[in-house]
Amino acid sequence: MKRRDFFSVLGGGILVLITADEDPIYAQETGGQLRGGAMPSDVSAWLHIAESGAITVYTGKVEVGQNARTSLTQAAAEELRVPLSSIRMVMGDTALTPFDQGTVGSQTTPRMWPQIRRAAASAREMLLDLAAQKWGVDRAALACADGKVTAGARSATFGELTKGEKLARAIPSGVALVPPADWKVAGTSLAKVNGREIVTGAHRYAYDMKRPGMMWAKMLYPPQFGASLVSLDSSATEKIAGVKVVRDGNFVAVAAPEPHLAEQAVAALKAEWTHVDAETDSQRVFDYFKQNAGGGAGAGLTPYTVAYIAHVPLEPRAAVAEWDGDKLTVWTGTQRPFGVRSELAQHLGISADNVHVVMPDTGSGYGGKHNGDAAIEAARIAKAVGHPVKRNWTRDEELTWAYFRPGGLIEVGGKVAPDGTITEWEFHNYNSGPSALNSPYHIPGKKEQFHQSRSPLRQGSYRGLAATANHFVRESWMDELAHSIRMDPLDFRLKNATDERLRAVILAATDKFGWRGRKKTAGHGFGIGAGFEKGSYVATCAEVSVDPNTGTTKVLRTVVAFECGAVVNPEHLRNQVEGAIIMGLGGALFERIDFRDGKILNNRLARYRVPRFSDAPAIESVLLDRKDLVSAGAGETPIVGIAPAIGNAIFDATGRRIRRLPLEA
Amino acid sequence: MARVTELHVNGSMRRIDADPERMLLSVLRDDLDLTGTKFGCGEGQCAACTVLIDGVAAKSCLTKIGAVGSKKIITIEGLAPEGKLHPMQEAFLEADALQCGYCTPGMILGAVSLLRRNPNPSETEIAAGMNGHICRCGTYPRVVRAIRAAAGKGGRA
Repeated sequence: MKRRDFFSVLGGGILVLITADEDPIYAQETGGQLRGGAMPSDVSAWLHIAESGAITVYTGKVEVGQNARTSLTQAAAEELRVPLSSIRMVMGDTALTPFDQGTVGSQTTPRMWPQIRRAAASAREMLLDLAAQKWGVDRAALACADGKVTAGARSATFGELTKGEKLARAIPSGVALVPPADWKVAGTSLAKVNGREIVTGAHRYAYDMKRPGMMWAKMLYPPQFGASLVSLDSSATEKIAGVKVVRDGNFVAVAAPEPHLAEQAVAALKAEWTHVDAETDSQRVFDYFKQNAGGGAGAGLTPYTVAYIAHVPLEPRAAVAEWDGDKLTVWTGTQRPFGVRSELAQHLGISADNVHVVMPDTGSGYGGKHNGDAAIEAARIAKAVGHPVKRNWTRDEELTWAYFRPGGLIEVGGKVAPDGTITEWEFHNYNSGPSALNSPYHIPGKKEQFHQSRSPLRQGSYRGLAATANHFVRESWMDELAHSIRMDPLDFRLKNATDERLRAVILAATDKFGWRGRKKTAGHGFGIGAGFEKGSYVATCAEVSVDPNTGTTKVLRTVVAFECGAVVNPEHLRNQVEGAIIMGLGGALFERIDFRDGKILNNRLARYRVPRFSDAPAIESVLLDRKDLVSAGAGETPIVGIAPAIGNAIFDATGRRIRRLPLEA
Repeated sequence: MARVTELHVNGSMRRIDADPERMLLSVLRDDLDLTGTKFGCGEGQCAACTVLIDGVAAKSCLTKIGAVGSKKIITIEGLAPEGKLHPMQEAFLEADALQCGYCTPGMILGAVSLLRRNPNPSETEIAAGMNGHICRCGTYPRVVRAIRAAAGKGGRA
């Protein structure tokens, strides 16, 4: 949006634009009015108070279940001192909100949350200025609370103050904020702001979107990754009334006026594809990683393996695309609406200015919805058929054509002194990624390397990235070292942990769990996994039972201690932490993508097992609320401790060390 | 087979014109625009598509429209017809038993059906009764809590 458009689009009132930190271009704008057309180009959020008093916050962040919509509303409400219900949050709409890199890497809380607080704090100050000016009173005599500014007996709503105004102000981030100790709205367990729309089924996800005249599209994908189309016979399909076939190289799609016709249409296509000789499969891929890495470790280290897994967002990828001349609008579920806008512009050969991406609150992502696959398909097909097009992926498409959490080979080694001090540490990760590669324990001279390799599957982000793989191996190996000198795993960690925040979560979790008083019984075991990533700390304890006949592991009980600075919303944080434990349990115990011959072998939920009610252990969460520290994100890090805690508990129960994820392969 | 021309949904008879082989899920979502019923897998594995058929939870992704006949269907949109939330909906909000919410309509209808069958289930019975529902966000313990709370308040209504 251009500066001059703001008030014509939004109406009068006051507008606060938050600009990037320490940018000299904006430093000169500090506290000042915008002049001429000097619209800052890297505004990260804006907040508008209309002449009606309605407050609207605009951010490019999106809601995928992590409750950013609620936490960001809390941020604005805290600083503006208004009820939550008076704030509307516009998120992830490329025509309405400022550019944003994406809702990734647990960055909403550490970055956007304070920005919105600053915007709201600035708006509050502007309202106080307006009241002081209108009433001719000293600013110090004014109070702002409950959506009103008051001075003695005088009182005005925000709407009364903003009426007839068109005030825009760009501010840098340095504005005084309410300190955490004085929070009244932030830091409390407010309920999900749009919960009612969800429990009534009223909320429309991308999968639910419709447009007038819309056609339903299906893709014909190749039978193997990398195969090329040799020939296509679409004569049977073209006989189905109303159906259109789209072909552009290997891109083959159908569009139909009704969804079941689209299914019939794609089934009636006869295609011949080239055969691809696959280089590896899910059994042999770990050697493949090492062979294809540039460099690597020598002999004598202990190998661990981590399988590829799938995100399985319950809402599969979906998009509706609609063209108006050379302008394109796409509704899609993505964590990167602006990234998808760029992808669309590139694939469709148009300017990004002509692409509008709308992101309805989405049926989860977990790092899996960073790109615009469905959006690009919908846009290409819509352009070819001259109608709006809906492209909803099926579950098997989601489990085949999305990207996966990378598989990996990790080789680890080290030595320990009789008193428990780690004296040598070597750690090599092939392919799965560098996140949380570095041990949070104090180990002088440690050697840790990530080795990029080739991936036979399309791979990408997943909740926590490689922090899960690296923590699994590190914390399992810590356990191996502890047992090698017959030292209690808790004492061994405390011996080598000097970071006070790490020690605090380890102590909190083991204390709540009753680690010191644990009683060993046959077939039961106890384990710990702890670590640090993206500004937050986690320690997880697990109790498991292992069936002596089948070897099946049941996780009975977990305690997770989590510390991410000042807690923004305790109940939503607990929900994230518990959810991460359950999701992480799947990757720990049984989730694995099987592939061979360029095909995914288990691309259905009947074959790809995810955690269910009966898998869920008792979970106790301990939140360490550090009001003295800045708030870090919490969507990812709580997942990293559960896999090693379970693996270590299985060793405790059986004496068997399993050096792979999933543990029950 | 003759086309299906009417369907009893959420308390009223709706006119449709559908091939009897089509799935109830698609007819509800695509023909009647009742999109609160979700597609999750299309293979009966996740129960996001759960509706009540004559009061009993059914997976609409595996239910052919030709087999529904005159049975009464309730979708999530029909659970709070006057705008007053069903006790189970209230219980889900109270327990914060959702994150992205995509599984929630199906969970709520499955839970309503469960309490009709067993008005006061234990946690183990809830886990067993709801095991066909997937919540990828991992809110299972909260859903169990919500169902227990709704049972205490007569959520089987």
